[in-house]
Amino acid sequence: MKASIGGYARARSIEHALSLFAEADGAGRYLAGGQSLVAALNLGASAGDMLVDISGIEALRGVRIEGDRLVIGALTRHSEIERNDLVARHVPLLAKAAPLIAHDAIRNRGTIGGSLSHADPAAEYPACAVALDAIFNLEGPNGRRDVAASEFFKGLFETDRAEDEILTAVSVPVAQAGERHAILELTRRSGDYALAGLAIVVRGDRHRIGAFGLGDRPLLCEGAMAALDRGDVDAAATAIADDVDPMSDIQASADYRRHLAGVVLRRLAAELGVAR
Amino acid sequence: MTDTFRNRIDLEMTVNGEPIELTVPAARHLIDLLRTDLGLTGSHAGCEHGVCGACTVIVDGETVRGCLTLAAQLQGAEIWTVEGLTESGAIADLQKAFVERNALQCGFCTPGMLASAKVLIERDAVPSREGIREHMSGNYCRCTGYEAIVDAIETTLRGRAGGDAR
Repeated sequence: MKASIGGYARARSIEHALSLFAEADGAGRYLAGGQSLVAALNLGASAGDMLVDISGIEALRGVRIEGDRLVIGALTRHSEIERNDLVARHVPLLAKAAPLIAHDAIRNRGTIGGSLSHADPAAEYPACAVALDAIFNLEGPNGRRDVAASEFFKGLFETDRAEDEILTAVSVPVAQAGERHAILELTRRSGDYALAGLAIVVRGDRHRIGAFGLGDRPLLCEGAMAALDRGDVDAAATAIADDVDPMSDIQASADYRRHLAGVVLRRLAAELGVAR
Repeated sequence: MTDTFRNRIDLEMTVNGEPIELTVPAARHLIDLLRTDLGLTGSHAGCEHGVCGACTVIVDGETVRGCLTLAAQLQGAEIWTVEGLTESGAIADLQKAFVERNALQCGFCTPGMLASAKVLIERDAVPSREGIREHMSGNYCRCTGYEAIVDAIETTLRGRAGGDAR
C-alpha cells in the first residue's frame, strides 16, 4: 500500500520542530529515519499525519563522551553505531546489538532515537538501554527532562515520551574496567525481530539483564539477575521464566518464548563464563 | 494546508549521474519516484513494508529500501539504480556472473540483489559464504533457492580480489 499523509515539513532545529508540531494541531508526528514509521504508514496503521522531519537537525547528531557517560545523539544510525569507535570502546553492548537489527539497507537509515521512541518490545536497543541503565534526554514545549530507561517503556509501543516531545539523545554509563557485555537473540531468519532475546551487562559482580521479545515492553529480569550474581546459572534459567511475560502470536507461542528465554540465558552465561 | 506543511515537495537530486529537478507528492516513496515519475522501472516494488528487498537501491553510496524512504527526505541525494549501474559498467562482472550461474529465474528480485551485492563486492575483505548470506539476508528470492546467487557473488568477489574466478 501507499502511505497517506497530511503534510510534510522539514525542521531546521529542535525549536523549529517543536513549533511545527504545535502548528500541526494534534496531527503532528516526528519523522527521523522512517524505517518503522514509513512501514506503519504503508500498512495504513496511521493516515493524515503531519510529518515533522527532524532528520536534518544537527543538534541531534554525534557521539561524545561527557564525564563518565557516552552521549549518543538520537539521529545516530544503526550502521554508525556498528562502526563508531567510541561506542565499541565504551558501550560494546550497542556495537554488538546494532548488527542484529534488520538488514544493511535498513540499518543505513534507521536511528537509535527512532527505535527507542518506537518501543517495539522485540527490538534490541530498548532492552540494551534497560540493561545499561541508560538515561534518555527529552525536549518538549515545556523544556528538557531526563527519563531513566527503566521508567521510559510503559507498554506495547508506549513510552513516557509525550507526543510533542523529541528524544534528543541517549546517555549511557561508560564501561568500567573488566565490565562485560553480551547479547543474543533467536530468530527464524537472520534480521527478523527476535522470538526471544537477552542483553546482559556484567558490572563488577553484578548482572543486569534486559529481555526483548518476551513481554509487552523490554523487561529487567531481576530474578535471573540475582541468581547470576550468586553464580547459579540453573536458578537463573528457572527464574527467568517468571521474570518474562511473553505473548503468543503468529511467530511463536508464549510457552515457547518462555522456554527460549532460558535457552538464551544459558548460552549467554556460558559465553560470559558464569560459574554453575 | 499551511505554508510550513506541504503536500507537494520540490526536490533536486542526482539519479544515475544525471541532475534532476521535480515536484512530488509528500507521501511519494523513493521507489515510486523512480518508477512512476522517472520511468526507471528496473527497481521493483514488492512487499512495500521493508521486508523483501526488491526495491533496494543505492543512496549516497549506501543501500536503502526504496519503499521505506520518503522522497521528501532525499533533497540533494545521489541515487543509483540498476539502469545506471548497468550503463556505467560498475557491476558488469557481477551481472555476467549472475547470468553464467543462472542466479535468477523470474528476475523480480534481481535489481535489488545487484544493489545489495554491489556494496559487498566493493569492500576490501572477501567474506565467507556465510558472510555473503548474512549480507544478502534482506533480499528475498522465491525462485533460485539462493545457492546460485551466493555462487555468483562469491565468483565476483574472487575475481575482484585477483583470485581464481571459477
